[in-house]
Amino acid sequence: MSELQLNILQALDKKGTIENSQNEFPEYDSQQVQAALNSLLARSKITYKTIEKDQFNLTEEAQDIVKNGSHEFRLLETISKLQQLKISEVSNVLGPAGKTGQARAFKNGWISKNGDELVLNAKIDNTNLPVDETALELKQLQEGSVLDAKKITELKKRKLVTVSKAFTFKVEKGVEFSLQIEKFDTDITSDMVITGAWEKANFKPYNFNSEGVLPESGALHPLNKVREEFRQIFFSLGFSEMPSNQYVDTGFWNFDTLFVPQQHPARDLQDTFYLKDPLVAGRPEDLKYFNDVKRVHEEGDFGSIGYRYPWREEETLKLVLRTHTTAISAHILKQLAQDPKPARLFSIDRVFRNEAVDATHLAEFHQVEGVIADYDLTLGDLIGFMEDFFAKMGVHDLRFKPTYNPYTEPSLEIYSWHNGLGKWVEIGNSGMFRPEMLESMGLPKNLRVLGWGLSLERPTMIKYAVSNIRELLGHKVSLDFIETNPAARLDEDLHN
Amino acid sequence: MPTISVDKADLFELLGQTYTSEEFDELCFEFGIELDEDTTDSVQPGERPQLKIEIPANRYDMLCIEGIAQSLNEFLSRKSKPLYKLSSSTISLTIDESTSPLRPYAAAAVLRNVKFTERSYQSFISLQDKLHTNLCRNRTLVAMGTHDLDALTPPFTYKFLPKNEIEFIPLNQTQPVTGENFLEFYSKDKNLGKYLHIIEDFEKFPVILDSTNKIASLPPIINSERSKISVDTKNVFIEVTATDRTKAEIVINQLVAMFSHYTEEIFTIEPVEIISKHNQESRIVPNVQTRVMTAEIDYINSCLGLKLKAQDIIALLLKMSLIATEHETDSNLLNVQIPITRPDILHQADIMEDAAIAYGYNNLPKTKIASNNSQGASPLPINKISDILRIASAQSGWLEVMPLTLCSHDENFKFLNQLDDSKAVKLANPKTTEYQVVRTSLIPGILKTIRENRKHSLPIKVFEAGDVVFKDETLERRAFNQRNWAAIYAGKTSGFEYAQGLLGKIMQTLRTPWLENPSGSTDKGYWIEEDPENKTFFPGRGAKIFYRHRNGQDAKVVGSIGVLHPKVLNNFEIPYAASAVEINAEIFL
Repeated sequence: MSELQLNILQALDKKGTIENSQNEFPEYDSQQVQAALNSLLARSKITYKTIEKDQFNLTEEAQDIVKNGSHEFRLLETISKLQQLKISEVSNVLGPAGKTGQARAFKNGWISKNGDELVLNAKIDNTNLPVDETALELKQLQEGSVLDAKKITELKKRKLVTVSKAFTFKVEKGVEFSLQIEKFDTDITSDMVITGAWEKANFKPYNFNSEGVLPESGALHPLNKVREEFRQIFFSLGFSEMPSNQYVDTGFWNFDTLFVPQQHPARDLQDTFYLKDPLVAGRPEDLKYFNDVKRVHEEGDFGSIGYRYPWREEETLKLVLRTHTTAISAHILKQLAQDPKPARLFSIDRVFRNEAVDATHLAEFHQVEGVIADYDLTLGDLIGFMEDFFAKMGVHDLRFKPTYNPYTEPSLEIYSWHNGLGKWVEIGNSGMFRPEMLESMGLPKNLRVLGWGLSLERPTMIKYAVSNIRELLGHKVSLDFIETNPAARLDEDLHN
Repeated sequence: MPTISVDKADLFELLGQTYTSEEFDELCFEFGIELDEDTTDSVQPGERPQLKIEIPANRYDMLCIEGIAQSLNEFLSRKSKPLYKLSSSTISLTIDESTSPLRPYAAAAVLRNVKFTERSYQSFISLQDKLHTNLCRNRTLVAMGTHDLDALTPPFTYKFLPKNEIEFIPLNQTQPVTGENFLEFYSKDKNLGKYLHIIEDFEKFPVILDSTNKIASLPPIINSERSKISVDTKNVFIEVTATDRTKAEIVINQLVAMFSHYTEEIFTIEPVEIISKHNQESRIVPNVQTRVMTAEIDYINSCLGLKLKAQDIIALLLKMSLIATEHETDSNLLNVQIPITRPDILHQADIMEDAAIAYGYNNLPKTKIASNNSQGASPLPINKISDILRIASAQSGWLEVMPLTLCSHDENFKFLNQLDDSKAVKLANPKTTEYQVVRTSLIPGILKTIRENRKHSLPIKVFEAGDVVFKDETLERRAFNQRNWAAIYAGKTSGFEYAQGLLGKIMQTLRTPWLENPSGSTDKGYWIEEDPENKTFFPGRGAKIFYRHRNGQDAKVVGSIGVLHPKVLNNFEIPYAASAVEINAEIFL
């Protein structure tokens, strides 16, 4: 316990209340007093209130005035003594402040001008000079008297007085008041545990109103966390992961196999990244399939009249960065045709679009894609399955809108009601793959294939309230964001 | 998907009722178009409220108000499909052999006694624009011209003429332009300049001539001022030239189907005789006959999960412009007449979809797939490995980052003090230099992420497990992905030992011991050896990572580790010292 703390306790013991700490302990400044009080407060020895007061401080000039009189009064005294004073002599006699004194002496009506001489004003009685009010006011302030605000303002203007806040304290006894301060231990140590010292120790009360020390930790990327949620949903529904680790694909697999005509806008340079090195792809191994795809585009087959345009092999052998993971699904479905049977497959991986980049578009992003192959699947199966799939993400109340995709017929956009936005929002796209695509592969006519897809970024942006995709995927992501973002629980309802 | 702006009041008049925005939105939703915007609340004084409607890319018949109203009226069972009629042909268009092979196809039609209003005329012009941009692929595949027939003298000829024989006053010009200065004249034109590439390499230019040998148009760029069409034009001559015969037919069919609404004898079109002997393409166009396809009733029911009778399906299809009748002999078949406005119907799957839309997607019975899932669910093996690496890295206190796989050529090579080893895939048409190559290393992306996070507290410890891509000419797709794992430590000191420690943790997680004395061992394990060749690292501070998958096997170099060269850090504008480690993750498979 410090001496000041002891003094405070003793004073309280004697008086019951300390009305003004400044008067009681003038030798300590208010910060020292407050520190001692806080320490005692923490032990409930005392309580205190802070009293805030303006404190007036005299400048050096003002202190000089208190001692020697104001500049104007000293000029008055001088003129009174000498009868008159040349204006040019003022600075010599009174120093640099003489001019200030001269101005105020005029203002006070003490002196007047007679040619280049200063003389006493006729009203002034040489034997009974007026009171030096400036010096008097400053003296009063110094002694702690109260001046009216106008005068203070004037003195402040004349830079004779500065104002600061002063704190004093009114102190009273606390509930645990005593003249001693017990020693507190802050923590249980291993020594205490071993020696048993904890039994006699006094422990400082714990402050539970704090966050604790956050652990130093690594973190997974939020986008990958959401990806993992999707993967677990797929696994729980019996889907196996497709080998989607193939970014470069051919025009053939990315478009032609999916019955996307060669003049389709998606194949434009504006939309698709083409490669210049390497430049030309190899033909697919299965040349019969290659020709079947050509025929179904050019002339039609399998009950289709086809697109009836000249199909060019050069287009199929162009290399692209895949624009959708459906290019991979096409490969896998072609493999499935070797031994046709029901299958449930999915992939979540990057796709590439040669788009202008903005807050919601990047040249690469992740596509979530699911595929179900089975005999005699119906549109009702697709709709029913979409309800089950999205229910696993906590998304209910789906509606389906007819749409157009070159490789699915029927095609259904999936909408859900968004509580936050108060409207139906599109959450994915789905459909039954076209017979032209499946039957060219050699799949039996009644083995139908349902497919659906959505982007990984969009639900992640909604889950983590990210408005700019560049702050989620790519190098512009903030590491703080990665470190602090919560678990991805797609089924967690953030709106109710 | 094209977005069509239609006059709201006109559309509702054509639909015979007004709708609130919500009601109309609902109708669009069920039919499969999308109400993008209703401008009623933002309309300026003097303007008429518009509805902006998104149309599916295959519905060329709905690119104008006439088509949208017609389709919706049929969907609402308010109107039936128009029967388009041909009057007798009076005009011919001869296709000269000179048009082959550059733009060999042409078609034409005449609309007699048309009565346009200002708004229907604008709709006619706008439909041509929409078709030009969408189906016609910016006039490359098909281009159309519409003329005041009374200003021309039929019959017509389509041929390629030498440039020095071409001179005409183009549309909206006052002075003649010659074939020789044609390209230059239009090179500065904002609207037409973008189409010049189609003909710029042609020695001769395509022209449509009338019988006085005067030019009516120079497709696919511009018509003549002489035959300029206006709201007062009575007889409209439509000509279409194309490189794609199918699309030429589709285009002329849409134009006549939509604008025969305005002929005195409604839905009547005067065909044109096309004389094209050299390629056996002589015929009368347009052909407005419906196309007949058959559709299987049990296929439609099976796909929809319904048990509809023939008559039910016939009623549904009628709402979608398809007139179906029961097949003469086969009770499982329907004969379906496909009108000229529905070239998108290619297969009975398309008919099945239309039946589903008419039935209502949201009215279909929802069913569960009888699960046939004997194979069970399994992850892709490399993704499983990758997840093990990611989780071990995060558990070790490192942060996962996900940079892009596309980067600039410099970032992938020069900035790493490396020369182009010709293994990277290069893009032909990126819009920015940010996307020139597919990365062959994860290091540039991680360094860029550190650069953007310079203000983060030090040290920065980040990792990524992601794919890089290498060329391989032996593969059909000429390239393959490789899963890599990499980590970088950046701080006041290089932190090599931390990068090395993390590598050790990864190896330990995948049961790979460190071999202290590799030359004396043939055991499974890993070790590192100085690599003076790798310029990414500071001299004497870079190493190769060796890995032996099984006891007794040969060891392979599977990655690198080292203190990054200060030049590399400068290149990526990183003001810290740093160490990096990168390995091929597929070795653990």
